[in-house]
Amino acid sequence: MKPAAFVYHAPRTLDAALALLAEVAPDDGRILAGGQSLVPAMAFRLARPTHLVDINGVAGLDRLAVDGDALSVGALVRHAAFHKADPAHGVLGRLLADVVHNIAHYPIRTRGTMCGSLAHSDPASEWCLTVATLGGEMVARTAKGARRIAAADYFQSIMTTALEADELLAEVRLPMLSEDTKFGFYEFNRRAGDFAIGAALVAYRIVNGKIAEARVGLGGIEGTPRRSAEAEAALNGQAPTAEAFKAAAQAASGNVDPIEDAQTPADYRRELAGTVVFRALERAAT
Amino acid sequence: MTDHLHGAKVYPTPPTTEERKILGHRAVRLEDPPLVTGRGRYAGDINFPRQMHMRIVRSAQAHGKIVSINTAAALAVPGVVAIWTNDDIKELGPVDFRADRAAEILKPYRQPVLAKGRVRYVGDPIAAVFAEDPYVAEDAAELVEVEIEELPVVIDCWAPTGEFEPGRTTEGALLKHSFGDIEGAFKKAHTIVELDLFTGRHSGVPMETRGAIGFYDKTKDILELHGAAKVPHRNRDTLVNMLGRAPKGMHVHESHVGGGFGIRGELYPEDVLVLVAAMRFDRPVKWIEDRREHLMCANQGREQRHKVRICADENGKILGIDDEIFHDQGAYVRTHGANVANRTLCMMTGGYDIPAYRGICHYRLTNKTPCATYRAPGRYESTFVRERLVDALADKMGLDRIEIRRRNLIHKDQMPYLIEFEEQGVEELLYDSGDYALLLDKSLAAFKWDETDAALKARRAKGEMVGIGIALFVEESGRGPSDGAKISVDVNGDVELVTGGASLGQGFETSMAQIAAEALGVDYQRITVIHGQTDRIAQGIGAHAARATVLTGSAVNETALKLRAKALEFGAELLQLPVADLDIVDGVIVKKGSPPGGPSLSLGDLAKKMAPGAKLLNGRDPHLFAEAWFNTDFTVFPYGVHLAQVRVDKETGQTKVERFLIGYDIGRAVNPMMVEGQLVGGCVQGIGGALFEEFAYSETGEPLAVTFVDYLLPTLGEVPKIDVLITEDAPSPMNPLGIKGAGEGGINGVGGAIASAIDDAIGKPGAVVQLPVSPQRMKALLA
Amino acid sequence: MSETVAITLKINGQKHAVSVEPRRTLVDVIRDDCGKTGTHIGCEHGVCGACTIIVDGEPMRSCLMFAVQADGCDIRTVEGLAKDGKLNPVQRAFMDNHGLQCGFCTPGFLMLATCTLERDPHIADEDLMEVISSNICRCTGYQGIVKAVRQAAAEMRGEAQEDRK
Repeated sequence: MKPAAFVYHAPRTLDAALALLAEVAPDDGRILAGGQSLVPAMAFRLARPTHLVDINGVAGLDRLAVDGDALSVGALVRHAAFHKADPAHGVLGRLLADVVHNIAHYPIRTRGTMCGSLAHSDPASEWCLTVATLGGEMVARTAKGARRIAAADYFQSIMTTALEADELLAEVRLPMLSEDTKFGFYEFNRRAGDFAIGAALVAYRIVNGKIAEARVGLGGIEGTPRRSAEAEAALNGQAPTAEAFKAAAQAASGNVDPIEDAQTPADYRRELAGTVVFRALERAAT
Repeated sequence: MTDHLHGAKVYPTPPTTEERKILGHRAVRLEDPPLVTGRGRYAGDINFPRQMHMRIVRSAQAHGKIVSINTAAALAVPGVVAIWTNDDIKELGPVDFRADRAAEILKPYRQPVLAKGRVRYVGDPIAAVFAEDPYVAEDAAELVEVEIEELPVVIDCWAPTGEFEPGRTTEGALLKHSFGDIEGAFKKAHTIVELDLFTGRHSGVPMETRGAIGFYDKTKDILELHGAAKVPHRNRDTLVNMLGRAPKGMHVHESHVGGGFGIRGELYPEDVLVLVAAMRFDRPVKWIEDRREHLMCANQGREQRHKVRICADENGKILGIDDEIFHDQGAYVRTHGANVANRTLCMMTGGYDIPAYRGICHYRLTNKTPCATYRAPGRYESTFVRERLVDALADKMGLDRIEIRRRNLIHKDQMPYLIEFEEQGVEELLYDSGDYALLLDKSLAAFKWDETDAALKARRAKGEMVGIGIALFVEESGRGPSDGAKISVDVNGDVELVTGGASLGQGFETSMAQIAAEALGVDYQRITVIHGQTDRIAQGIGAHAARATVLTGSAVNETALKLRAKALEFGAELLQLPVADLDIVDGVIVKKGSPPGGPSLSLGDLAKKMAPGAKLLNGRDPHLFAEAWFNTDFTVFPYGVHLAQVRVDKETGQTKVERFLIGYDIGRAVNPMMVEGQLVGGCVQGIGGALFEEFAYSETGEPLAVTFVDYLLPTLGEVPKIDVLITEDAPSPMNPLGIKGAGEGGINGVGGAIASAIDDAIGKPGAVVQLPVSPQRMKALLA
Repeated sequence: MSETVAITLKINGQKHAVSVEPRRTLVDVIRDDCGKTGTHIGCEHGVCGACTIIVDGEPMRSCLMFAVQADGCDIRTVEGLAKDGKLNPVQRAFMDNHGLQCGFCTPGFLMLATCTLERDPHIADEDLMEVISSNICRCTGYQGIVKAVRQAAAEMRGEAQEDRK
């Protein structure tokens, strides 16, 4: 399990990195950030990039800061940066701190990055679910410029995103949450730290005793994470009761097209979708 | 003092821990200092100058004919020295059995060192690449082109048999163990229960993958295998036969071993290849298995189907068990022959007094990774089956699960308890000692079974799925025939103990040192324990089937006592006191009961005075040295009770073990801390096999668990608090120390106990018929 | 073989100037090029944690980094834990509590626990257990490891030693 050979590049500036990427991308050159998904894939020789552009030495990419109405997360911000919620990040910071504990294990979180997870786009990724649910925005850069990609357009299919080969996911922008936002995350897996078989992230506000602006996201259930419009519709305007949560869970479960694997039939994930939504809602309510 | 029992020498009850200085006490391990400071020496850490690296090209098909192998592109890679296929090692026979005389009929199913004409599982070695660097070797291995014409696969061992080779089916053998009138038992029975049970395929999966380094010492004409484990001496003997070398020219060396669990240290094709290559190229050859290879090539185990029935009279007294077993051996018969199937058959009745039994086993080859022994081989399986049967019987008869067990346990007055099988050549079992009911009582009390049962009822009433379960079992350990040891004391008073045992991380050095220290009268920390070196001692039993402590330990005890007698004999002459007045304390011969400053002689000083040519010897052999042997034809039988408490998540189907208790009678413990470590470690592996670990295969024989993301080893997060109750109520009369093995008592009953607890939790007796109980399977049960 | 790159690894304060192919993992270079074989390889895909080391103050899987990425980094491995022949509190606690059997996973656990406790010996027990669940041990069933890590934490907090038995 030794990786195949590649040419290594370690640029110091973003411009240099983008210029290199432009050059090597057509030849299956790739960005190396945390490497916690890419390097195992290379060990199994499932991935065999000919060039790696290592951005770990690029100045400025580790920026994590509130930027207007969004939290800007640079390409080198490690998972572990979210362990302790920064008060300046408000509810969003607390939400991210809650979610991050489900991502693999601590020594992976010290190296892996949020942007790396989004670029890799595993269906079970917690950050992909977070971005899909909250409506994050990806900032993709090339040597020629930058574009912003909305979450709804970004996740295309299993491990496929809207990112082009010569684009660096330089930043993800997560919308700040109003202080009265309630959130809940629930993940089901065989062992702590494993990929989720199914996970849900929910967020909503209470206006006049009723749920408003409900967001219900599902991860690990389908090929890409997405919000469940049906579950959200079942919640909005309802009091946050077990009955409402159950209805939302049922709506979520009834409207998914689950992925299958050798151990897990589609029906299992379909039912699980409801379970994780219900439990996430329960957590949000407490 | 000694009595005879079924031809066995019977030893008196040994002293208790309180009466001993170091034996039986918790003692910090001698093994630890190098291991916590990074000074260990595992296979991967062994390097020789000029070594080459070997990489195996493996089959990607589960079954097929090899049409062609093209190595041209691979050979062109700079740094590649050679690539071998079966054509290059035609003279080599298949990897031989090391044991099991009954395996003669299985010989056609042995594995060639490199595939010969056919591949039979995904991972089957087809070619070996030798290169200057492991990265390069892997590059080249990818470029070896193998054309395979696919053949039909057999995946399930209970499916119709296929063709192994022309004229030979995939049923390697039909094995049978029986006693009593089984037809009569079922005819007169009051209640009969039938079950169809499955134990899933899993294995030891040690943290260190396999590794082998072949080194040829041209000057001395000695071929050396480094990185060996478990049974170095026996493997040496097999290699001597396979390679046609004289024993003096073939040595096997064990260094640190990163876990064994039965699967590591068996002889595999790669071990043979590095040796042959080392000789042929006159260069050391190193092979380190990677994890993916390990999960598709190292021995797996446990996969069986049991179509089984049990019958009882109106009082719940079991009259008979009738079992038809389908045993999945995988693609080839490896070094154990039919051992696992036979251990399953012979231990099926466990600790119950059952008058009739019939077990028939279809020993089947399939197109999956070959199988062999994994910790408690055949017993994890048979205990699951037996305890499922007893639970089902209790349920059908409306009896309490504990009560029905009490009614059937072998009574202590029936000890020693003989089980003789009707079939010729099948070894009898002689349970040496035990008070099964006493251990059951003690374990239930320690677990607070009744209180827990009541508390869980309350939780169930609130909608939770929680339950408790039980499994009882008898283990076997310390099978003979014989092992020896040598002890010498040098002029510094340091002691060297040479054994033919093996260390797989279980604390072998410490336990042997404790035994020797107790008998000899020295500080155990001054003893260096040698193991796993075939050039240091001619014979050795190794470490398998929990033999090491019992057999090698008894040999060490004999040797230390012999050396003690020798030391006292000479000491008496030098101190001019009768032997009876002397004792050895902390390595010094002293007069019993005399205050400090009295007559004394250190063992180091005595060793000086016993140098060759010394007057003192007066015609006797020099050196403070002794060698002795321990022989036995008998196995000892420890026994245990496993109690589990589980919670099932109704919605997801996930089972969480909340609490576990292991009650285990060890006879006499050498080091309770290490016994506890063995039991708890085994238990967690058992939890893995019951709930998480499974080598699943696709319909075409593709292995689905070849990464640690798919093969789920328990982490701390999945493990409950495990309580251990070690009792010493039934020391073995078969060895002077009264000891029984600890290696397999932690894992044996886990599958059975967890299944029982899950049934209780979900309120469906008999629901669990298959291990592991994954959430997906559990949902199907709850549906 | 592709071109090699000259790098300097600083392991336990000692510099190792080596020339390596970029594809060589950090653990391979630490072991084979620098001769520090105390760091073990258990899976090479970042799950088992046997290769855990400390890089610039953080625990990392050394099988998931390339050695070229660690050029100039401050690396700590199990060989550097004991100072002047004196074991660190975590090493001692593992011995006292039978926190190891075969010892193969031990260096990874020692580095993980040492790094965590050096940073914050007051870490909540629940968080400590979450960190310790990162690595896999196949021998001990974790009970000895848990006891050991708790003992080390107490000692590093300066609390009186609990009864060790």
